[in-house]
Amino acid sequence: MNVDSRAVRKVPTGPARKGPTGIEPARITAGQPGAERGHVRRMGHKSIIDCARIYYKTLNQQIREEIERGANEIVLEGVRGQRYIGTGLAYPDVTVVVNGVPGNDLAAFMDGPTLIVNDGAQDGVANTMNSGLVVVHGHAGDVLGYGMRGGAVYVQGDVGYRVGIHMKAFGDSVPLIVIGGRARDFLGEYMAGGEILLLGLHDLRKPAVGSYLGTGMHGGVMYVRSPINRHQLGKEVQIEELASSDYERIRTIANDYCRYMEINPDDIVSLPFLKIRPHTFRPYGRMYAY
Amino acid sequence: MATRTLIPPEFRVLIDENACLQCRRCVGQCGWGVYSWDTTRNRPSPDHSKCGACHRCVTFCPGQAITITRNKLAFKANDNWAEQVMKAIWKQAETGGVLLTGMGNDKPYLRIFDHLLLDACQVTNPSIDPLREPMELRTYLGRKPDSVEVVAGSFESGGPFRLATELDTQLRLETPIMFAGMSYGSVSLNAHKALAMAAQELGTFMNTGEGGLHSDLEPYKDHIIVQCASGRFGVDASYLQSGAAVEIKIGQGAKPGIGGHLPGEKIDQQVSLTRMIPQGTDALSPAPHHDIYSIEDLRQLIYAIKEATGYKPVSVKIACVHNVAAIASGVVRAGADIIYLDGFRGGTGASPVIIRDHVGIPIEIAVAVVDQRLRDEGIRNRVSLIAAGGIRSAADVIKAIALGADACAIGTAALVALGCHVCQRCHTGSCSWGICTQRPDLTRRLDPEWGASQLTNLVKAWTHEMAEVLGALGVNAIESLRGNRERLRGLDLDENLLGILGVKPAGVA
Amino acid sequence: MSRAALPFHPRAAYREESLSRILGNCGLMGICHQSGKRVSGELILRGMASMHDRGNGLGGGFAGYGIYPELPQFYCFHLLFNDSLAKKDTECYLRKNFRVVMDEPIPTKPVKGIENEPILWRYFLDPAPERLAETQLSEEDYVVHAVMDINAYIDGAFVASSGKNMGAFKGVGFPEEVGEFYRLDEYKGWTWIGHGRFPTNTPGWWGGAHPFVLLDCSVVHNGEISSYGINRRYLEMFGYRCTLQTDTEVVAYLFDLLLRRHKLPIELACKVLAAPFWKDIDLMSEDERSLLAALRMVYGSAMLNGPFAVVLGTRDGMVALNDRIKLRPLVAARKGDAIYVASEESAIREICAKPDESWMPAAGEPVIALVSDKGREKAIARAHQTAGQRRVAQSAALGRPS
Repeated sequence: MNVDSRAVRKVPTGPARKGPTGIEPARITAGQPGAERGHVRRMGHKSIIDCARIYYKTLNQQIREEIERGANEIVLEGVRGQRYIGTGLAYPDVTVVVNGVPGNDLAAFMDGPTLIVNDGAQDGVANTMNSGLVVVHGHAGDVLGYGMRGGAVYVQGDVGYRVGIHMKAFGDSVPLIVIGGRARDFLGEYMAGGEILLLGLHDLRKPAVGSYLGTGMHGGVMYVRSPINRHQLGKEVQIEELASSDYERIRTIANDYCRYMEINPDDIVSLPFLKIRPHTFRPYGRMYAY
Repeated sequence: MATRTLIPPEFRVLIDENACLQCRRCVGQCGWGVYSWDTTRNRPSPDHSKCGACHRCVTFCPGQAITITRNKLAFKANDNWAEQVMKAIWKQAETGGVLLTGMGNDKPYLRIFDHLLLDACQVTNPSIDPLREPMELRTYLGRKPDSVEVVAGSFESGGPFRLATELDTQLRLETPIMFAGMSYGSVSLNAHKALAMAAQELGTFMNTGEGGLHSDLEPYKDHIIVQCASGRFGVDASYLQSGAAVEIKIGQGAKPGIGGHLPGEKIDQQVSLTRMIPQGTDALSPAPHHDIYSIEDLRQLIYAIKEATGYKPVSVKIACVHNVAAIASGVVRAGADIIYLDGFRGGTGASPVIIRDHVGIPIEIAVAVVDQRLRDEGIRNRVSLIAAGGIRSAADVIKAIALGADACAIGTAALVALGCHVCQRCHTGSCSWGICTQRPDLTRRLDPEWGASQLTNLVKAWTHEMAEVLGALGVNAIESLRGNRERLRGLDLDENLLGILGVKPAGVA
Repeated sequence: MSRAALPFHPRAAYREESLSRILGNCGLMGICHQSGKRVSGELILRGMASMHDRGNGLGGGFAGYGIYPELPQFYCFHLLFNDSLAKKDTECYLRKNFRVVMDEPIPTKPVKGIENEPILWRYFLDPAPERLAETQLSEEDYVVHAVMDINAYIDGAFVASSGKNMGAFKGVGFPEEVGEFYRLDEYKGWTWIGHGRFPTNTPGWWGGAHPFVLLDCSVVHNGEISSYGINRRYLEMFGYRCTLQTDTEVVAYLFDLLLRRHKLPIELACKVLAAPFWKDIDLMSEDERSLLAALRMVYGSAMLNGPFAVVLGTRDGMVALNDRIKLRPLVAARKGDAIYVASEESAIREICAKPDESWMPAAGEPVIALVSDKGREKAIARAHQTAGQRRVAQSAALGRPS
């Protein structure tokens, strides 16, 4: 068949067909946009919001409204993938409890509140978080604590890739991430300050960290309870002996972490930790030719 | 000067009398005898006609008193009859000889690399930071099958599958940059040693060129490719077995179609021993291998070498000419494992000017057409392609790889790292830098350790630059850029050339 | 099968599509019941709906396996036609080269947000025996050639899927809109994959949505393939033609090449596409090292570089894979013998509230689900055929046209 002659059609085939205006697709999940509000039950300073199928925008708005009304504990029931919970929330002395799996960017830019998740969390937890506390009773995903500047994140289970990238400390504000299980590659990449404590509690047979550990790190410290091979370390870091001040710090952290987890702090402090620190604050000084 | 010549000096040596420390170092440093000492005035006295601007004296003058300038004689403006053209005629009129020169084509042909631009990733694809994240530049050169056969593994094999196919021997390079073949005889032994030491340090390869393998290079033989050229200098069974691979040199970018000539003056005792020819005789490399008059003869030679070496990889070096794609296809089918493409900018120790400057095609075009032709025939997997001929920077290497090369070889760039200033007088055998000469007073100036360190630094710096570019492209392994012309765009290249290169013009997504 | 390489400019059929490559950033999901149990397409639709914000409404699609139990032995071509002229040309081609046992419009219902839909038609067919014998190709290669012919040469026609007992449903719109439009809840299958797109150009072309299908192999992809240029040239050496202006196309063809033509086991095909690093290969035992090094050397041009998460549906089940440094999200879960994968955990919870286990696959580590043959046969046998379909199946078996 000869198709070339038809390659450029000169005669139009009629007005472009547009489908008849059809039915609106059903709104069956929380992920689809919608203005429906969640039902709220109030008991003194506690508000319980039913979040089933409530779009994140409305949900987060309702959280703010409840806080403005005077609530200092918000319980979210039936959460399923709503994004940005706790994002930008800047109220001290407020606790938000999440029942269900929250969506991405939980507690991003958060400044003050305590956020407790009674399930796993997804990617982007505590992105550039300024202060406050996030507790995850399950696993968390990738890119946790990216650019974190203060506050703390406690994860009971495992975390994914690129956790704690470019955490930074300034003055009194020192960010902290505690991971109960293991982490994958690029933990503490480019770290400029802050602390990471990794416990590796859940599967003692395999290394609890991946490769490129602390690559590009130029500030801060990591305490890791896991066997580490040379090839797993980033070029900029080294393993150091723990001093008594390190043990004290681990105990302080463990005491607070264990308030939220069913673990005895003594079990944590007795673990053999390795301390990871950068060689220098200027890792790339000799690289360029001027 | 007994007879008057028509040719004015090209350069003028200027000496700052106030800075001159009268140390006489310039007299000894110049290999061409430019300087004599004027005892009456206690000053160096330069013969400008002998100067070729190699800057040895400039570099070593402790008072920094010497400058080399162009001898700025004004000629009546004439676009057609340029100064260089007239000088060539005068020289030929005075000697009746073929004009000879060294290094690579210096004429202003289009530099295609300088019209190719690379991509970078934004938003939709992250760029990669090569300092902190994995970036793989390891390259294997050699014949590869189209697919592999896999059988069930066992407890010993440590996994559920085991490789059943046996792969041909590969050359492993830690960076896709290697050193081009430059013969011992055209360059000094110290230069050869520097190249060998650097190749070992870097995890890449150097090439003996057609002058044989000196015994001093024995410790580095796992990083040396031995060349078998038409003159078969220094070629015996043990030579063939020493190297990691054998290269059959059919042609060279600087002088496609013609042979080579190393004058008797450059054949000293050591060169003679290595090449296995009498001292003082001329070393002539005939134009064709006289046992290769057709493609099946090449096949015969390739397999003879494979039999003699236990099936080490065999590379075939060809100059880039108009039908290079067809030749390459033939060479693949003749059994080569690696094809070395030498473009028209390639360097040499000696070549007639007319051949060097007017014969051959650019390496960019050659790589593109050979790569495409081998893919069209479905045989690209059978060889690795090495691109050479005027590779000047890491940018050129990256672009050559994007066009389809597996690796690049550097000759001129390596010599520049050793101090060469591309004065194009290699054929005189008086190189003041001790690189392409055999005169003991000159060769001892090139310290192999220092040379190896220069070369290692150069290749490491280029490798690092390439890693940066790959990172910007969002690619963390070199095989994802190889032949990926999608990441190149042409600027100011005409439509025909873009089509030949397989590259889109800048502005098209 | 060597034809002249296509020029770069897109053909007239796709001129309404932007000239540049459409990049696939978005959300995806897969469900596979390894027992062969067939579940409604409504589940995958709901899972994709919960990831609404990962897309921008410019593309959504699904593929289901086991959805045509009445005619499981025939290839089913899902065709998208710009106009009736394209339909006529295609049918002429199909009638010449295939035995079409049944054809009918793909059932749809009007949904707000779905506009400009092409003519959607499906054909149940198998290769015409005399033509097949003439070409001396295998049946599958024959079908692949025909699909490439129609896509490349017939203006305005596009084969969305071409496998047996499976089909792709895709278009321009949010995935839940596309799913409702195609009445996905009326189908049941043991494997479903779904996708919602966030293209960075403005296409109007339905064929550009995911999944991309070749024979039984369907692929949805989240990410961008920076090695696309060389992957495409490598595939062209083997006769594939990349005509669809999107990088996901090469993923489908690479799986077809590695699994069907080169017969690599699925685990090794994944090691080709998301190759382990040399630094890790160097530390392995000798046998493993020579195997993985050989794979990288031979298949270097097939490696996918750049961020990606892909879910592949096959006749045998489902595979999910992410890139060598896991730049895109992918989570997996299992309940009983059902395997779920998705870009977000919450999408899995939407349809399976309490999985037995859930995990995050490591970089380059595939999630493989295999459907048992017995389960498949049982599922097909149990499916109800209408009288009309029974007649069609019977006459096809007897070699008579319907």
